[in-house]
This record gives sequence, C-alpha cells and structure tokens, in this order.
Amino acid sequence: MSKIKLPYTKKVLEHFKNPRNVGEIENPDGKAIEGSPACGDMVQLTLKVDEKTKRITDIKFKSYGCASNIATGSIITEMAKGKTIDEAKKISWKSASEELGGLPAVKAHCSVLAVSSLREAIRNYEERHGIIHEVEPTTEEVVKRRLRHVMNPLTGLDVIRTNLISNISIKNGSDGKIIEITVDLPEDHQFANNVKKEIQEKIEHRKDVKKVIVKFLNN
Amino acid sequence: MANELIYLDNSASTRLDERVLEAMKQYYFDTYAVATSEFAYTLGIEAREALDDSREKIAKKLEATAEEIVFTSGSTESSNLAIKGVLRANKKKGKHIIVSTIEDFPVLNSAKALEREGYKATYLPVDGEGFIDLEALQNAITPETVLISIQHANQEIGTLQNIQAIAEISQEKKVLFHSDATHTFGRVAINIEKLPVDLLTLSAHTIHGPRGIGALFVRKNTPIKKHLDGGFQEFNLRPGVENIPGAVGFAKAVELITAEENERLKQLRDRLIDKVFKQVPDVTLNGHRTKRTPQNANITFHFVEGESITLHLDMHGIAVSTGSACFSKSLEASHVIMGIGGDHERAHGSIRFTFGRFNKQKEVDKVVEIISEIVKNLREISPLSNK
Repeated sequence: MSKIKLPYTKKVLEHFKNPRNVGEIENPDGKAIEGSPACGDMVQLTLKVDEKTKRITDIKFKSYGCASNIATGSIITEMAKGKTIDEAKKISWKSASEELGGLPAVKAHCSVLAVSSLREAIRNYEERHGIIHEVEPTTEEVVKRRLRHVMNPLTGLDVIRTNLISNISIKNGSDGKIIEITVDLPEDHQFANNVKKEIQEKIEHRKDVKKVIVKFLNN
Repeated sequence: MANELIYLDNSASTRLDERVLEAMKQYYFDTYAVATSEFAYTLGIEAREALDDSREKIAKKLEATAEEIVFTSGSTESSNLAIKGVLRANKKKGKHIIVSTIEDFPVLNSAKALEREGYKATYLPVDGEGFIDLEALQNAITPETVLISIQHANQEIGTLQNIQAIAEISQEKKVLFHSDATHTFGRVAINIEKLPVDLLTLSAHTIHGPRGIGALFVRKNTPIKKHLDGGFQEFNLRPGVENIPGAVGFAKAVELITAEENERLKQLRDRLIDKVFKQVPDVTLNGHRTKRTPQNANITFHFVEGESITLHLDMHGIAVSTGSACFSKSLEASHVIMGIGGDHERAHGSIRFTFGRFNKQKEVDKVVEIISEIVKNLREISPLSNK
C-alpha cells in the first residue's frame, strides 16, 4: 500500500477499509434512513433492542457515503452495541469523532448524518413501542435544536455554537409555518450553498413547516 | 517498487516533460535578463528573441500570427482577461455576455463578477451530453450582446462543443466569441484561419508544460482592455516582467505533442470505457461517446460515492478525481454533472479519468481491475444497491 497523505487518522482509514456491523437486520425493532440531499450521502441503520433491559443487542448499518460517513457509521455501531437506548442516545458526533481520533472540520457534517441515523432509529423504536407519541410543534427552540446538527464547514462545529445564524423568524401561514433563517455569511461564500441546503434539509421535512427560506448577510 | 503511482488526473495538471525543463533551464541560468528593446544590451535582446520565438511557435500551432498571442500566468488569467477585457472595452455596444452553465470557474465566475458590476449574463443550459443548443444561442443574442464565451471542451466530461457552428453564429451576428481551449489546445486541432473565433484561452501545464504560464489568442483588431495595470508588456494587454522560461517551456511542450500521441490517448480512453462497461454493471458514461477530448473518460458508478472510490484508489496508488460534493472545496456536487441533467446521485459517483503522455495501456487494465473490485465492495455496504 502506498503512503496515504489524506487528512484522516489511522483509525478512520481502518474503519473505512473494514467497516464493522455492515448490513441490514431482518425485522428490526428500530430503523432509520437518514439522507442529505446537499452532500448526497445516505445512511441506513437497523437495530434490535432487548425489551426488558432496553439494551441494543444487534445493530447494523449501510452507507452510501464518503470515507468519514462510512467510518462514523462503523464506529457508532460499535459504540452503541450493548448499550441501553438511553445511553446510546448520548452518543454524539463529537464523541464518535473523538473515538475515531478526530475528523477534519470540513467533514463533520458527514459524521453527523451517521449519528442522526442512530438517534432516529432509537426514536423509531420508541415510537413503535409507545414510549413517545406526541409530535412537537416547530418553535424557535426546535429550530435551534435542529440547527445544532448543521455543521459550519469552516470550523467543524455546529452553526448555532459558532454564531453563524443571525436570525430565526417563524411566521404562521394558512397551510403551515414559514421559517426564515438568516446566515451570517456572504451569499457568494464558498460554503454558502452547502449550508443553505443542509439547513433546509434539517427543518423542511417537519409536518407543520411549509417552507424554509435561507437568507445571507451581504456585508 | 511494486506499486508505482498511476496518475490519471492529467486534466488537473500533468507531469512536466524533462525536455521542456531542459529547454527552460537556459533562461533561468544564462539568458536570464528581461526582454529588452532592441537598443538595450545583448542578453536582453537574446531574451526578447527567445520570447518572440516561443510566441511564434505557439501561434503556428493555431495558424495564427505571433502578434495575436498574449502570454499570461495561465488559463484562469487568460479567461479573466478575455471576458472582463472585452466587456469593459465594448460598453458602448452593450453590457451582455452569454456563457454556458458548464463552463469552468474562470469563465463562470468572471461572468458572475461582471453581473455584480451591473453587466448582464445569460447562462445557456446544455443537453444530456453537455452540448449547448445552437438555436437557443441564436435566440439569446440581443443587440446588447458583446461576447459569447463557450468552451471548446469541457473540463470534466470532455464534451467537444460544435465550436465551428458557434463561431459562425457569432460572426454572422457580429458578436465577439471567446472559447476556453484549456483542454483542447494541442490535443484537438484548431485552425483559426478556418475557425472565426476571436479569443482563445490556452494552457501549458495540461500538455506537460510548466505551470504559471498560459496564453490568450486575441484576433487582430479585437477591442479589448487590459485588466491589470502596469507596464506595456505583451502588446499593452498584460503588464509584468515576462515569464520567458515559462514561454520557452510552453512552446517546447506544444512542439512535443504529436498527432500519434493524441491517437494513443484516444485508444487508452476507449479501452478504459469499453472495459469498465464490460466488467462493471450500473455505470453511465458522462458526456458524448465520441465527441469528447482524446484524454477524457468520465463514468458514474451508481450507488456508490466518489470520494470513497478515490480514497480506495489512492490506497492502490491510483490518482483520479470525482464530481462528488464530498471531494470538492465548496462541498457542492459538480456543476457540470448537474448541468447535464444529472442528479446528486450521478455526480456523487462520477469518476474522471484523464490521460497523458506517460500513461501506459497496462495501467488502464490495472485500474479497471482495481476499480471493479472497489465498486463491488462499496456496493455491498450501500443501502441503494440491494435491489
């Protein structure tokens, strides 16, 4: 093998080359497919949960994605296996990234997708088993929480923490909410379109949302 | 070494040919003076002669005259000069430019920059193989239109536009025509005596020449303004101390290209395409099967992501590029693949293989073997391919 100069740790490359827990569980207790039209990546995750102990007994993933995506899918399935669903929910993209020895900042959004698929699969399990019911209305708080899953490609931290969002406004239309989000980047910034698409993708699918408008600050 | 590097990213840049470096050396170590006027000192006059001689050789390749070749720092600068220089020199006629949606960034972003200054730009869409519609071009031309800038060949999918027809339309409509020939100059014959193009962007480092040198062909009497301020070099179009070693290297690189070499590249290209289509299911060729540059093959491997492929290939010492968003500096999928009507999935799994002088047939065979295996493995873990 030739010497790899790419900015990935040995562990990332190892999980990328030999991903663990690949596949799909038949009749899973929880399932999620998370996709990002912006990056194009997609992760599918299936899991089995012991009803009594609430421990994840088996977990498998599939990835249509880049190296960071595959490696994160692999590592979170390793991390989640044997944990209770409450413990597994606490696995964040940050802890996954740490476990991999770090991911390049610009690749943070790829790992977030794999982590969300784990949370969604657990949520799917909880919904199926009557642990949660209600659909939360989309408030500013909810928008902010969702935006914590949108990475600022400049820093590898989320857009809320890095103060990239300068305004959020929510208007009630007749057939759904119109969310307007202002991003503190010039419109012709290198990552402007990527950030815009990722923001829309995180909020647009919500049932009570009609439209997500992303604006940029031109200074 | 058992694992020698296989470099198939020659449209990004090429390995310099040693003979080019040999030709350049003299102008760094011996004849290193600036190109002076004929009334200065001998060393400067010799430098001037080398510059003029290089200009002559490059012009000859196009059947142009030496006075029509302006040296620049590369194709980015050439396209900037052509577009901004022509639009700013023709404000009286109008402020409109027409480009295609799949132009390379120097053209696309020059048009966008002009728009911010109050100019108007039309972005012509292309069909599924990357061709602009000639009728749509005709219809886009207004009395205000100053310049059409349509590339000769595409940087990613190699599609060769019908440049003759485009040039004739521009001539008939009395609109100036610029074409980015970065990926064709040397590789595809261009004769400006027959082709009524007004400006051509030319590049050296894509044909085993040095980086940091390029040229703009400017047909005689084309109204154009320089966009850098300084001295009066390069017919008062491009100020700055001339890059004479670069110009000599550029001319040498042009001289070294042969029709046989281009034919050989075409064979490598076709061999790769044919083998991939035989060995790998669910693939799409991006661009036209034959109307493409001899050095370019671009194939989408469905259900898998390009950066995963390139990383695996890199582990085997193979260098290619991809139109996947994950690979790009802006995290956006290739505007070319999206432009030919592709979706993210098509851009996502697209791999560009571009050949050069130093590639061998056995490398093609090896790459196809390895990529077949990589794609097979990645498809096994892909949620899209289990149907």
